[in-house]
Amino acid sequence: MSSFFAMNGYGFYVWSAYGVAALALVIELFGLRSRRRAALAEARLADPDAPPVPGVAV
Amino acid sequence: MNANWFKFASPATFYPLAGRLIPWFATGAAVLALVGLYIGLIAAPTDAQQGDAYRIIFIHVPAAWMSMFLYVVMAGWSAAALGFNTRLSAMMAQAIAPTGAVMTFIALWTGAFWGRPTWGTYWAWDARMTSELILLFLYLGVIALRNAIDDPRRADRACGVLALTGVVNIPIIYFSVYWWNTLHQGSSVSLTKAPAMATIMLTGMLIMSLAAWFYAIAATLARVRTIMLERERGAGWVATLREVRTA
Repeated sequence: MSSFFAMNGYGFYVWSAYGVAALALVIELFGLRSRRRAALAEARLADPDAPPVPGVAV
Repeated sequence: MNANWFKFASPATFYPLAGRLIPWFATGAAVLALVGLYIGLIAAPTDAQQGDAYRIIFIHVPAAWMSMFLYVVMAGWSAAALGFNTRLSAMMAQAIAPTGAVMTFIALWTGAFWGRPTWGTYWAWDARMTSELILLFLYLGVIALRNAIDDPRRADRACGVLALTGVVNIPIIYFSVYWWNTLHQGSSVSLTKAPAMATIMLTGMLIMSLAAWFYAIAATLARVRTIMLERERGAGWVATLREVRTA
């Protein structure tokens, strides 16, 4: 298993590439989720008949 | 036939359609990525020349392909928005830009960490790398320009013109390795002389490319839904959505 992570001496380069690429996708996905939540909260505020949004001041 | 086409050009009908498509593309991306990573990191053998450093190819090439392809698609939607003045086209162009920027960043970053062990440098101002960096600035420029303009319709037109102007950079990236003497290699598929090794490496790379496609489609559809909520809040169809009615 440790030889898998060592990548025959190239572990630093391989895992820096894979790790940061994965991190970039995770950041994009979390950004998508928070942007959707904010948009939904704004849409509820724009609709007077909708129930109040928890944590959002009206 | 025509009626069907224009039915989905309306945000009110495209929003639920995109919502039904996202789980399929997201699941497909996850399954393809798992298979591709298994092939790339475990099943594929160590390269004869580059050792295990070559394994970066399984994310570098798919990300680089997506970065260019997404830009062309974004420019296409921008052209449709400018030409036909359709709301959905401009929203699609807006939705693609961040995913395109992420793919471009991944291509540049993984390229740097591949270049260091194989070429001896993280970065060089050669034509391929410089034009890919310009692609990142084009994506960031389109995003920044939109954020700088309050009126969404004016932002659509300005971003559309910028996106269409920048499309000239795509053939420059693609052909740079042939037009100039670059540090970046021309061919990225034939890494080894042994055909059996090349086949499994190529298979892994193509599966990872398909995973990147599915991811980009899922992320873009999810973002275009959010953009619809942002831009059409107060519209009747948004107010009747279940996720808006129930907190």
